Amino acid sequence: MNLPGSDRYTPTAIALHWVAGALILGNLAFGLYMVDLPLSPAKLKYYSWHKWAGVTIFLLSAARLVWRITHAAPALPATMPAWQRAAANASHHLLYALFFAAPLTGWLFSSAAGFQTVYFGVLPIPDLLAKDPALADTLKLAHRFVNYSLAALVTVHAAAAIKHHVVDGDDVLARMLPFLKPRT
Amino acid sequence: MTRFPLLAACACLALAMPAFAQAPQKVVAEKSHIRFGFKQMNVPVEGRFRKFDATVTFDPKKPEATKATFEVDLASIDLGNAEGETEARRKPWLFVEAFPKATFTASTVKATGPGRFEATGPLAIKGVTQTITAPFTLVDAGGMRTVEGQFPLRRLQFKVGDGPWADTETVADEVVVRFRFVIPSTTK
Repeated sequence: MNLPGSDRYTPTAIALHWVAGALILGNLAFGLYMVDLPLSPAKLKYYSWHKWAGVTIFLLSAARLVWRITHAAPALPATMPAWQRAAANASHHLLYALFFAAPLTGWLFSSAAGFQTVYFGVLPIPDLLAKDPALADTLKLAHRFVNYSLAALVTVHAAAAIKHHVVDGDDVLARMLPFLKPRT
Repeated sequence: MTRFPLLAACACLALAMPAFAQAPQKVVAEKSHIRFGFKQMNVPVEGRFRKFDATVTFDPKKPEATKATFEVDLASIDLGNAEGETEARRKPWLFVEAFPKATFTASTVKATGPGRFEATGPLAIKGVTQTITAPFTLVDAGGMRTVEGQFPLRRLQFKVGDGPWADTETVADEVVVRFRFVIPSTTK
């Protein structure tokens, strides 16, 4: 349980945040790398791994959303101006929306391209869409747009956290980092 | 009447047409198909060949007298994505430049049950010939004869997917070929 006004996220929330964060950054970079490779058995493997990571990110995001709804986040510093609070609130909502939109567009794109997603090569995830090359092209663009947006917003998110720590000197970063001692 | 012997002969021939049951028939392309399925990273993938040709002489009452040859234009492969199709036509896979066609000849056909048969014969792909057996069903309806069946083949026996692609963990060795041929039926 996290009491309102407590200065840190729960250990569960912190663990989920960093695991999901590492997977998201890794899968964004991996996705960018693999798309331009010439077709080879390795490329087919990479695509599968990318999809498995995407499904994992989707599941972790669902767990995080449930945890976030049932556990209050630590209060923002009293020194934060109202516009920054509003911006933080909006960007966190948008981040969550993109956490789901990124794997969902990838899954739909893959289905439309005629490749079912089989989680870890074992668990087939049903195709919502039938094979449709024209639709696949559109969904490919959607998947790319969503992920460029996610990459941009994650950058803003990290920059804001560092700005809070370095410029504002508040505890916003410390509440998500177990080894940083709160300053207040 | 003797003024039209040719016409009379033609009429006789037309009436006698159903007797020509064993005349070779071409398949109705738009109603027929040759599809195949395999697993890629354990994911089922489907494809087909758009162009193929078959000449069939077949009488269900005398299956042993069957003469049937099939020719598949391998460049007409359809995987639903251009990158995969380009790759499939290249040397490690079908090498269509050197081996444009796959052929199958049904050298023996035997009945295995009512409406069920089995065709055996040489299948040639990419310069390799292997004897395969394909079970099929036969349905006559509306003046059309529909032959449908499937058989498995091992792509590596035909050197399809050579070199690094021989790794069957990525692309499985087994390919299931599913066929349907619709032929105008001449027997009533």
